Amino acid sequence: MSLCELTAHALHEKLKNREITSVELAESVYARIDAVEPHVKGYLTLTKELAFEQAGLADTGFQNGDAMPALAGIPIAVKDVICTKGVRTTCASKILETFVPPYNATVMTKLHEQGIVMLGKTNMDEFAMGSSTENSAYQITHNPWDLDTIPGGSSGGSAAVVSADTAICSLGSDTGGSIRQPAALCGVVGMKPTYGRVSRYGLVAFASSLDQIGPFAKDVTDCALVLNAICGSDALDATSVDVPVPDFTQCLINDVKGLKIGVPKEYFTSALDAEIADCIHTAIAVLESLGATIEEISLPHTEYAIATYYIIAPAEASANLARYDGVRYGYRHENPEDLIGMYKRTRSEGFGEEVKRRIMLGTFALSAGYQDAYYKKAQKARTLIKSDFDAAFEKVDVIATPTSPTPAFKIGERTADPLQMYLSDIMTTPASHAGLPGISVPCGFVESGLPVGLQLLGAPFAEEKVLQVAYTFEQNTEHHRQKPQIGTDGVVS
Amino acid sequence: MATITTEGVRHVANLARLEFNEEETGHFTEQLARILDYIGKLNELETDDVPPTSHIHPHQVFIMGSQTGATHVAKPDVVKPSCPREEVLANAPEVEEGYFGVPRVVDRSH
Repeated sequence: MSLCELTAHALHEKLKNREITSVELAESVYARIDAVEPHVKGYLTLTKELAFEQAGLADTGFQNGDAMPALAGIPIAVKDVICTKGVRTTCASKILETFVPPYNATVMTKLHEQGIVMLGKTNMDEFAMGSSTENSAYQITHNPWDLDTIPGGSSGGSAAVVSADTAICSLGSDTGGSIRQPAALCGVVGMKPTYGRVSRYGLVAFASSLDQIGPFAKDVTDCALVLNAICGSDALDATSVDVPVPDFTQCLINDVKGLKIGVPKEYFTSALDAEIADCIHTAIAVLESLGATIEEISLPHTEYAIATYYIIAPAEASANLARYDGVRYGYRHENPEDLIGMYKRTRSEGFGEEVKRRIMLGTFALSAGYQDAYYKKAQKARTLIKSDFDAAFEKVDVIATPTSPTPAFKIGERTADPLQMYLSDIMTTPASHAGLPGISVPCGFVESGLPVGLQLLGAPFAEEKVLQVAYTFEQNTEHHRQKPQIGTDGVVS
Repeated sequence: MATITTEGVRHVANLARLEFNEEETGHFTEQLARILDYIGKLNELETDDVPPTSHIHPHQVFIMGSQTGATHVAKPDVVKPSCPREEVLANAPEVEEGYFGVPRVVDRSH
C-alpha cells in the first residue's frame, strides 16, 4: 500500500516511530494527485510549496522527539468555503475568483496548531449551494467510483479527494447534507457535528442557522481525531456553544449492547432506491446482531423538511450574500454607470444560476407581504421537525437512516430540474433543521459498484454515541476498506 | 400561498440587486413558480399554536428583539487589534487614498 492510502491514525504511528517522514508522506499524496487528479478534478487550488514547508516543520518536531499532536504532518484538504490566510478562497464562485483572505478561519488556526500539512482547497457547489458539485463556476468533480457520475455536494471535492487517496482527510461544510451526502456517494466517512460544536468564524456564510464545519475521513477513528482538533467554543463565533469537548477517541468502543437504535419509517418510502433500502436493512441487522435494540420510530414531519429548507436556507443566504457588491473584495463589473448599476451588474455577472435562484427565492420569502406566509411558516415547520426528533430521542439513543435516496447519479442528469436536485437532500435536511450531529459511514454497494452510506443521527451534543455506533459498525464490516480503482488513464476498472 | 409572476420576479430582482434579461426573467418565473408550488406543501400543516424556530439553541444566542426567550452572549468591550488596513484593502477592486473606491454618488456641482 502507498502511504497516501493509509489512515491518519496509522500514519501517525509511522511518523512517531520514525518509519516515515511527513515529507515522504506529502510526496506520496502529491504523486497520487499527479496521477489521478486530472480525472477526478477535486481541487481548485493546490498549495504544494506551503505543504512541503509544513511537512518539513512536522519532521523537525518528530526528529526532536517532541510530543506531536495526532494530526501533525498529516496531509489534509480544505473545502474552498473556509478562509485560509494568504491562500485564495473562491467558494467556487467567479465573484470571489481573486479573494485572498487576510485571516484564517478558527478551524484552520486549530489545525495549524496541530501541525497539519495543507494540500489545497477543494471544489464545491458555488457558495455550497447544490447536491452534485456541478454548480462550481470552475470545474466538474468526478466521483472516483465512476467518473461519469457526480461526487455529491456541496462538499463534492472534499469527499472525492479522500475517496481517491489524494488527501488523507479533509474538511467540508454541511448546511442541509453537504458533508453526509457526498461522503455516502464517494464511499467515505463524513460527519456534521452538532450546530454550535465547531466555530463558524471564517466559514463563508451560506445559511447561518444551519451551517456547520465537519470532517471527511477514511474511517471513524480519523473522523474522531479531526473532531478533537476542530471542536470547541470560540469568542469569534457567538453561536458556538460553550459545552465541554470530550476526547472523541474515548468513545470508539466496539460495542453497541444496550443501545437503542431508532429506524424512522418515513425514510423508507418509494423515493428510496430499492438496492439502497436493502443495504440499509442489512446494516441495521448487523447492528442488531451485535446487541443493539432496534425500534421502529416515527418522525411524522419528515416530508416537510425539503420545503422548509428551501425557504429558510435561501432566506438566510439572500441576506448573507448581500455583501458581494463589488466594493470590498472580489469581482466588480468593469464600467459601471452608477453605484446601483455597479451592484446589479457585478452580482448578475459574478453569481452563477443556482446562487441567483436561491437569492431570488430567499428575497421573495422575506419580502413585504410574503414573510409570514413563507418565512414564518417555515420557521414554524422547523419547530415541528425538531420536536419529532426531541420526542424520538426520549426513546432511542441513535437514529439510523439512509444518507441519500439514490446512489451517485450521472453528471448532467439533474441540472435541468432544480426541484429534482433539491430532493437529493431529503434524508439529510431534517437533522439539519434540528441542528443534530450526523455521520455517514460506508455500508455497502449497489450492483453497479457505487457506494452506499448509512446515516446515524444523535441528540444535540451526543456525538459520542453516534461515533460509538459508527465505529462498532465499521469494526464489524469491511465496506470502508474498499477503494475505487482509478487507472491513470481515467478508466475505473 | 401565492405564486410568482414575471412582474414579481422583476420586483424581487431589484430588491436583490440582480438584473435579468427577458429570457432569464421568464426562466426564473417558471422555475420559482414550480419551487413555490412545491413549498405550498407547508400549508398542509396547522401551525397557529406553533412557535417559530429561528435558532436551535435559543437559550444561548442573542437575537435582537426576538421572542424566543434568548439571552445575551456578550464579551468584554475591549479594543483588540484588527486586520491591518493595507491587508484588507488588498482585496478591493478599487482603492482611493486608503479607502474603498466606488462610482461617484454625490454630484460635485451642487
